[in-house]
Amino acid sequence: MAVDRRKFLKLVGCSALFGLGAKTAIDIFAPGELEASMKESLPNGKKKWAMVIDMDKCLQKQAEGKCTACITACNHEHNIPDFGNIKEEIKWIWQDTYEHVFPTQPNRFLDEDIEGKPFLVLCNHCENPPCCRVCPTKSTWQREDGIVMIDPHRCIGCRFCMAACPFGSRSFNWGDPRKAPKELNPDYPTNMDYPRRNKGVVEKCTFCEERLAQGKLPACVEACAEIKVHALHFGDLNDPDSEIRQLLRERYAIRRKAELGTEPKVYYLI
Amino acid sequence: MYDGGKIIPGLIIGLCLFLSPFLYNAGKAAKAPEPELTAKAKKAKQCVAPTPYMKAWHMQLLDTWRHEVVRDGNRYYNTNENLWWDYKFDYKLLEDWRRFVSGTMEENQPPGRAGKIYYKSLQTTCLDCHANKSKFCDQCHNYMGVTPYCWDCHIEPKENK
Repeated sequence: MAVDRRKFLKLVGCSALFGLGAKTAIDIFAPGELEASMKESLPNGKKKWAMVIDMDKCLQKQAEGKCTACITACNHEHNIPDFGNIKEEIKWIWQDTYEHVFPTQPNRFLDEDIEGKPFLVLCNHCENPPCCRVCPTKSTWQREDGIVMIDPHRCIGCRFCMAACPFGSRSFNWGDPRKAPKELNPDYPTNMDYPRRNKGVVEKCTFCEERLAQGKLPACVEACAEIKVHALHFGDLNDPDSEIRQLLRERYAIRRKAELGTEPKVYYLI
Repeated sequence: MYDGGKIIPGLIIGLCLFLSPFLYNAGKAAKAPEPELTAKAKKAKQCVAPTPYMKAWHMQLLDTWRHEVVRDGNRYYNTNENLWWDYKFDYKLLEDWRRFVSGTMEENQPPGRAGKIYYKSLQTTCLDCHANKSKFCDQCHNYMGVTPYCWDCHIEPKENK
């Protein structure tokens, strides 16, 4: 099939029109959607919950011996079962090596104090959460206080959010938590005041919003303070006098994959 | 009719089998179960809303609570903001409810109109009082043939049976 000059020009013209039209249509109907995040979140007079993890203190404690006080407290608080199988693992707060937690800071020769050392990871409660943009049922969304919430009543288990999250902070319930092996979870459910989840929903850290509502600190922060390590700090980013803002003023902090523009709200002091 | 001697008895037997459950249960209407109150619930006298309302609309109340708690982070319920008083979003429900309690409005007012604060939670507030889930919730739900999936996630209290 030969394309003559006339046909070719028509085709090029139509394609160009269509291309320009699509850009204009998106600008009209969904302005700003195409651009990656460029704006810094501004204080809106409301609270913006954030966490600061003092890795110096945490790693000092780890040097004495394995410490999982915060993880145990979280699992206990939120009825997170152990399936004894890494593929079905449910993770709200967990540990990974420095190189895995900060893959975009690839120093060939690392400080021995952090090389291969376990870093705490949890949901970053991003200011521009990509998980919320992709959720088709709006079962995950950002609250006004910055917490990225999840509504298991509404989750259909499509796992788009898990694909969108650059931090792997979300876990899927492959099995029914009630059917978790009894020998691994002898006293499950551990917290009678908190629900379990169902098979087929996604879950993650919620900064213990149910505890915040009662004026308590998140379970991990409390557990860390209880063992007198005080490596986890929680507070309001919008308050310039808050404990975390003071820490961030005094110490050098890094965030995970900040270059993606999701504005994580978990800071690591190193 | 060919083979009438087989077909007609066959039809009669078939009809009898079909009707047997109805004949077996004829005249024995299953009694509607009465929800049993625990000592704590009896002592409290008043639920978060008047009993007739709770009987008819507890599911709507729980649904509203669920929405307010999860979506809005609003975890406390004041009996003052009572449902039929200023029911903002479902006027049909409001009208149904008004008809339902017409004539008994006075005695169904919330206690003192002063307002009592409750923590909105099926698991820790409702079932704290109604700890006897099998006698309070389940037998009625079974009678009505409804299977609410609340308990897939929310944990029921341990009962002494």
